[in-house]
Amino acid sequence: MSDRQLTMSRAMVDAIAHEMREDEEVFVMGEDVADYEGIFDSTTGLREEFGYDRVMDTPISETAFIGAGVGAAQAGMRPIVELMFTDFFGVAMDQIYNNMAKNTYMSDGNVSVPMTLMTAVGGTYNDAAQHSQTLYGTFAHLPGMKVVVPSTAYDAKGLMHKAIRDDDPVVYMFHKRLMGLGWMPAPDGPKTAVPADDYTIPFGSADVKREGADVTVVTLGLHVHRALEAAEELAGDVDVEVIDLRTLVPLDTETVVESVRKTGNLVVVDEDYRSYGVTGEITARVAESALDDLSGVERVALPDVPIPYARPLENEVLPEAQDVIDAVRSLSP
Amino acid sequence: MYEWMVTARYYEERLQEEYMEGKEPAFDISAGPIPGELHLAAGHESSAAGVVSHLRAEDTVTAPHRPHHIAIAKGVDLKRMTAEIFGRETGLGSGKGGHMHLFDPDVNFACSGIIGQGVPPAVGAALAEKKRNTDNVAVAFLGEGAIDQGAFLESLNLAKVQELPVVFVIEDNDWAISMPKERVTDVADGSKRGAGHNIPHDRVPQDDAVQVFDAAREAVGRARDDNGPTVLEVQVHRRMGHFMGDAEAYRPEEDKAAAQMRDSIERMEDALENAGVAADDRDAIRADAEARVDEAISWAKDQPEPDPSAAYENEFVNPPAGVADTEPATDGGER
Repeated sequence: MSDRQLTMSRAMVDAIAHEMREDEEVFVMGEDVADYEGIFDSTTGLREEFGYDRVMDTPISETAFIGAGVGAAQAGMRPIVELMFTDFFGVAMDQIYNNMAKNTYMSDGNVSVPMTLMTAVGGTYNDAAQHSQTLYGTFAHLPGMKVVVPSTAYDAKGLMHKAIRDDDPVVYMFHKRLMGLGWMPAPDGPKTAVPADDYTIPFGSADVKREGADVTVVTLGLHVHRALEAAEELAGDVDVEVIDLRTLVPLDTETVVESVRKTGNLVVVDEDYRSYGVTGEITARVAESALDDLSGVERVALPDVPIPYARPLENEVLPEAQDVIDAVRSLSP
Repeated sequence: MYEWMVTARYYEERLQEEYMEGKEPAFDISAGPIPGELHLAAGHESSAAGVVSHLRAEDTVTAPHRPHHIAIAKGVDLKRMTAEIFGRETGLGSGKGGHMHLFDPDVNFACSGIIGQGVPPAVGAALAEKKRNTDNVAVAFLGEGAIDQGAFLESLNLAKVQELPVVFVIEDNDWAISMPKERVTDVADGSKRGAGHNIPHDRVPQDDAVQVFDAAREAVGRARDDNGPTVLEVQVHRRMGHFMGDAEAYRPEEDKAAAQMRDSIERMEDALENAGVAADDRDAIRADAEARVDEAISWAKDQPEPDPSAAYENEFVNPPAGVADTEPATDGGER
């Protein structure tokens, strides 16, 4: 492991730049990706190195440019398309879920769509109901796209390499609060050592970010760090294991079930809405595979309301470390 | 018009001051009395003033993510709007909405923070008025960056095919965040989007409220007389970044300077002077506007923050059975 410490955004860009150097057919397309270098620093330095032809600013026409990404991918290129906020998926969802995610299946594998759709997710900075969602469950629910949610710089780089090289559509959901933006300070944790060389992290391999014997906490994205904070707080009292899913599609059920067999207790933490989402899915899979080993389950997620603007209201609905602590304690492990 | 314009300009200046509190020297978007994104409209005042002059309270207006100047002209309650921006209990949305999600049904004003997505609801308002045989109209404001959105183009077609009383007002400030207009469209006159749908269209090439007033009189009149939609584009200027904290590194210095030079408010003052309005009268209007703004801001800052439990209220008008399930249980696990 190198001792080079990178923010999550730098690690993502590191992987993108490497793939662009290696393969002429990789290009980036989206709003404000060239001169602005990505609203959330997801394309820093790319325009300078690769020029406007390969780092393309688009009109505000998500249906057109995401659909164009699908077409270019089907023609054999490897586009990386940015949807600025995941909340904006509504203006282009048909291209995403009816074309990008279904064309391979409908052609019985005769068409492939090797495209990466990267998109910023998450709240915590009072950007209100239309700019703060994660929508993990929405994308993961719809078949035909792989869904990636990194929580550290090391994972972000390996998952980005894998996403670009993968021959299927990959939705790469990065949390703004983890990127290391000057104007939105990240918690300690996402900035990690990152090797200079390229490497991939396989999809469907959850990562045990902390080992523990008493309670399994399963989470992703920003809430990996919230869960680790909670585990630290509980240390000496409750021994918490923290599992970072890293990818939702494919989902590493095995690592989760193994952990629950050991601890007997499950807490699932998600920044997405509670109902019909990641928390329900993980709970169901554990129940299907390890019901006899399971003595308690708790879910920590956004209650089923849009995300409010005012600070006390957003703080109320967004899961925090304290909510994880309360959920763990309520299981009396 | 002048009163609205100076109110809006001063309001934005004051909001900018408040917004920066707690965000200096290090800019942290979630710090200070106004957290989150703040899109200010300094340089956009002429379009709102010139168009909304022709509207009544019953007419509907939808605004995009840069809404304050339009809201002020439409008569949205300044105090409650300010309270909303400060995230207070007495705000228009009790602190739930924030600055780009302002709703004031008393004056038929609404927003959407998603580019172009405020346009279809304006078409819907026009549809309702037409069905009810009123002579009320709807106006959708959007930026020039939004004219490449499907929602806008689809709305044009629907409005025309139904001959709806709606005016589409494009505020062309030359910039879609970091993308200058010429890099995203080959058609410099955005109002020409109307031509492809057989909709009358017009462009006001300067941010001159009097010129806008004249152009809008025709457009709003057309709608009121049940002669269908119009696309009107107004050249405005973005005197600040896309949002507060945008350093505008992508923007040429001369363009920034030009936006500061051509000022609609100075133009309006010249027009008033030529019309024989004394400087004292103008100063009185300005002083009164500034006092109202200061009062609204200090009132808003004195308002209580919402109780956290309010986060669960008003998701539905008719709460369905079992809605209590979404509220946190006392055991700490129902979240």
